[in-house]
Formats: sequence, C-alpha cells, structure tokens
Amino acid sequence: MTELIDRLSKTVRDLPPSGIRRFFDLASQMHDVISLGVGEPDFVTPWHVREASIYALERGYTSYTANSGLIELRREISRYLRKFELDYDPETEILVTVGGSEAIDLSLRTLLEPGEEVLIPEPTYVSYRPCAVLAGGTPVMVPTVMKDDFRLTREALLSALTPNSKVLVMSYPNNPTGAVMGPEDVKDVADLAISRDFFVVTDEIYAELSYGQAHVSVAAIPGMKERTILVSGLSKAYAMTGWRVGYVAAPREIMQELIKIHQYTILCAPVMGQMAAIEALRNGDVERERMVESYNERRRLMVNGFKRIGFDCHEPKGAFYAFPSIVSTGLSSEQFAEGLLKDGKVAVVPGHVFGESGEGFIRASYATSVEQIERALERMDRFVHHLQPQKV
Amino acid sequence: MEIENRDVILRLLHQNGRLSAETIASMIGETPENVSQMIKEMEDERIILRYSATINWEKVKSERVTAVIDVKVTPQREVGFDAIAERIYRFSEVKSVALMSGAYDLQVVIEGDDIREIARFVSERLSTIEHVISTTTHFLLKTYKSDGVIFDDNEGDRRLVVAP
Repeated sequence: MTELIDRLSKTVRDLPPSGIRRFFDLASQMHDVISLGVGEPDFVTPWHVREASIYALERGYTSYTANSGLIELRREISRYLRKFELDYDPETEILVTVGGSEAIDLSLRTLLEPGEEVLIPEPTYVSYRPCAVLAGGTPVMVPTVMKDDFRLTREALLSALTPNSKVLVMSYPNNPTGAVMGPEDVKDVADLAISRDFFVVTDEIYAELSYGQAHVSVAAIPGMKERTILVSGLSKAYAMTGWRVGYVAAPREIMQELIKIHQYTILCAPVMGQMAAIEALRNGDVERERMVESYNERRRLMVNGFKRIGFDCHEPKGAFYAFPSIVSTGLSSEQFAEGLLKDGKVAVVPGHVFGESGEGFIRASYATSVEQIERALERMDRFVHHLQPQKV
Repeated sequence: MEIENRDVILRLLHQNGRLSAETIASMIGETPENVSQMIKEMEDERIILRYSATINWEKVKSERVTAVIDVKVTPQREVGFDAIAERIYRFSEVKSVALMSGAYDLQVVIEGDDIREIARFVSERLSTIEHVISTTTHFLLKTYKSDGVIFDDNEGDRRLVVAP
C-alpha cells in the first residue's frame, strides 16, 4: 500500500521547509532570549489607524468588498504611489491583496509558463523561490555580494540571463541584507529588462524605510511600466503586518489576467484591514516618519556595535536589518546562530536560510528597543570573544 | 547641523535619560565627545534641567494625594501673572504651575499626605494670596498616561520570536 505522503503533490513535498521555522522552534523553547530575529516592526499600529478600523466595524463594515478592493483605498494607493513618480489608474491597475505575500504569488502565477526561468537575487527573502516553483517556474539564483553592498549589479544579472529568462523578482530595500538600489543601479536593471525582454516583479514593501536617499522604483523608468508588476503593502511602513493589507500595481493588460486568480482564490482582502489602510494612507505620514527616524537611529547603533565587535558589516541603507559577516569567527552561519542562541541568549537568523550566498552572514533586525540592542550587542561581544581561544 | 542634533539629543534624552553619550553618538552618527559637549552646553543653558524617572506611584504603597487646582487671579501691572505664579510655585508642596488660556489662569498641581493637608494648603496658603480670585480643586484619581508613557502593563511585545 502506498503511504499517504506519497499520494500528495510531488511539487509540494519537494519544497524544503522554511529554515526560519526550525530556528523559531529552537528560540521559542528558551527563556530570557533577546530576539533580533523578527522580521516586522516593533511598533504597534498607530492608534488612529486601529481606531478607524474599530469605528468601521461599529458601523457595520463586515461584508465582502469589490474583488480589487475598496475603490477609496485604491485611490489612496494610486495617490500615494505618485510620490515615487508612478502613475497607476485606481480603477483598472491596482488590486488590494492579502498582504504583499499574496501579491507575489499572484504576480508569478500570472507571468509564468512551466519551466520558464525566474531570476532571484540572493540572499533572498524566503518566499520568492517557493512561489516561483509553485507557479511552475524554474528559479535561477543571482548571487549578490558584500563587496557591492549586496546591490544587484548588471554583471551579476548578465551572467544569469538565458534565452529562457522570463522574470526577475527584485526587492529593494532588501530583506535580509538591507541593501538599496540607487538610481544608476535601477537604470541598469531596466536597460537589461528592456533589451533582453524580461518582466520584473518588484517587491517594494520596504520602500519607505530608506535612509539617507529616496527610494527609486524600477517601474518609474520609461518603458518599464508595461513589463513590471509592483508589489507592496502597508505592513512595514505603517507597522501593520498583522492586518494583511498589500497591493499589486500593474498595467491594465496584466491586471486583467492577474485579478482572475485573486477572484477565484481569495475573493477580496478583509474589509477591516482595508478600512484601516485608508486611514493610514490618508493621515499616517507623521507617525510613519517618526518610526522611520527611530529605525534609522537604531540602525546606526547596531551597525556601529557590530563593527566594534569586529564583524565586517556593509552599511544597510534600507529595511530594518543589518547583515554582518561572521566569517572571522570560523563558524558557519548555522553554527554561529545556534551557538549564539544557546550560549549567548540572542536570536538572529543564520544567513544560509536566505540562500547559499547568505552563508557566512547573519541577519539581525534592529526593530527592537535601544536597550535590547545594546544588551544583545554586549552578549554577542562576549560570545564572540569566548570563541576565540577555541579557534586557535 | 549642531542645532538639529541638539533637538534629536533632547528627544532621545526625554525618552530615556539614562542613554549614555556613547549610545547617543552611535545613534546619530556623532562623536561621543561632541555629544557630551552638547549635553553639557544644554545643561549650562538650563535647557536640560534634570534627569528623572517616570514612576507609577500606584504600584508602590503610596498614600500620597495629588490635586490639580484651577486658580483665577488678577494680573498685575508690569509683571502680569509672573509675580503671582512665583508666590505660588515657591511652596515646596507645589509640583507644577502653568499659565493657561481659557476659563482660569494658573494650573497648580500639588501633592500632600492626605486630603486634609491639601484642603489646608488651598484655604490657608493659596486662597489668601493677594490677587487670587478663586480656586477649584480636583483630586487626581488615577493616572493612565503621563508625559507620553502609558501606565498599563499589557503593552508588551506580542511578536513571534523569529519571523521571516
């Protein structure tokens, strides 16, 4: 008799379980752990946003919305995107999704035919690769390196391109590296996308968390809108992760097809989250700026701290992650992270869970209090200096 | 740049008076020496008056009573409200005095061992000051939030320990 598991989808069975999950299980069993492993803001959603959602519930906003989301919200999204010099029609080119995660899935499923190649810069957020596989695509990892501040370079992209390359999934500011792409970098990608004719899915969920330079969207470059699907959401900028409100912006021809998957699988994003999102986009700028400033201060604190410990650490100019190299300790990412958790009581995410090019690094989130960051840095310092004798 | 940094330093210290000059320097991209210097200057200029803790007194067994008193006064020629305010704020039981717009002039916060002590202060000391026209005393029953700090304990971190 065949085992139950053998009767399940081979594609799904072949997906590796998330490396983060294993670490989560380890860390959850321990006490007095300082976590730098969290991929979300440490702020609670600003009260005016929560309050607006409560009010909406009181008034009875509990039904389905249009498939593409409340038109008021799509108008706000359209208005908001103009700040990045993007022009999307709220009626036909914007779709509200259940977080940026759904948006990524929809985008890849809309673009891919079986076997077509999906270029994914690495280290990468953990979802792109599995989403590409589930959509029938073949992931092709494009390594990015510390020497380039983990930017996606023209050279790296060129060496990964094949005639079968269909789509590039890029996400800057980047999780896990904190890398950002400047105007020149983005232009290089756009030039290649146009000359080599591939699509771009750009996940700009961290766009607001750019420090020292304004975010540049690849979709804003002339000739790019028609070959770009922009994915974003309110989770990071407005501290709204649990609300699950994201969106897709894409030209009408792509949207017409993409929305069908959403119609049949999701129907619509939850209405209370959509009501909250309207309030955030209308009146949330001040709180957002305050949070960004606070991340920036803690970013400097953490990166300076890592340098003092002796880690090689590029300057992360976006998101809320530092991505230092731990190669000098002689340990692998996994050994380091596990040792640090058990002996140092600090949780970080080992770089290899973000792909092979993440080996030798750890991801540490500075979306935690100044006191916690300082204590974590002390513990890490002690842990690292304890290691040295064993090394020789 | 210096002025901007001073504002940031003040904001950070107001949130947490125990931040060291080293930490602040690291957070704002300055040298610890410069930060120490700026803090020293602001102390000398009496911009920073003192470093104190925000305490939830209800958690320690404290029977102290706090009252907020609305005081109406007749302003005086040349010194306006300042002279009367000064006569009030010099009492050690007075915690704060502020000039207000609206229905009354001075808001006085005082602390005492019990209600009787406060009543005595109002009737014998405050009301008898020349140019004080009237007083309205409100007793503070519970503090929910003070100076930006929520006193409720259920505001902890609800996030998962590790997340993508």
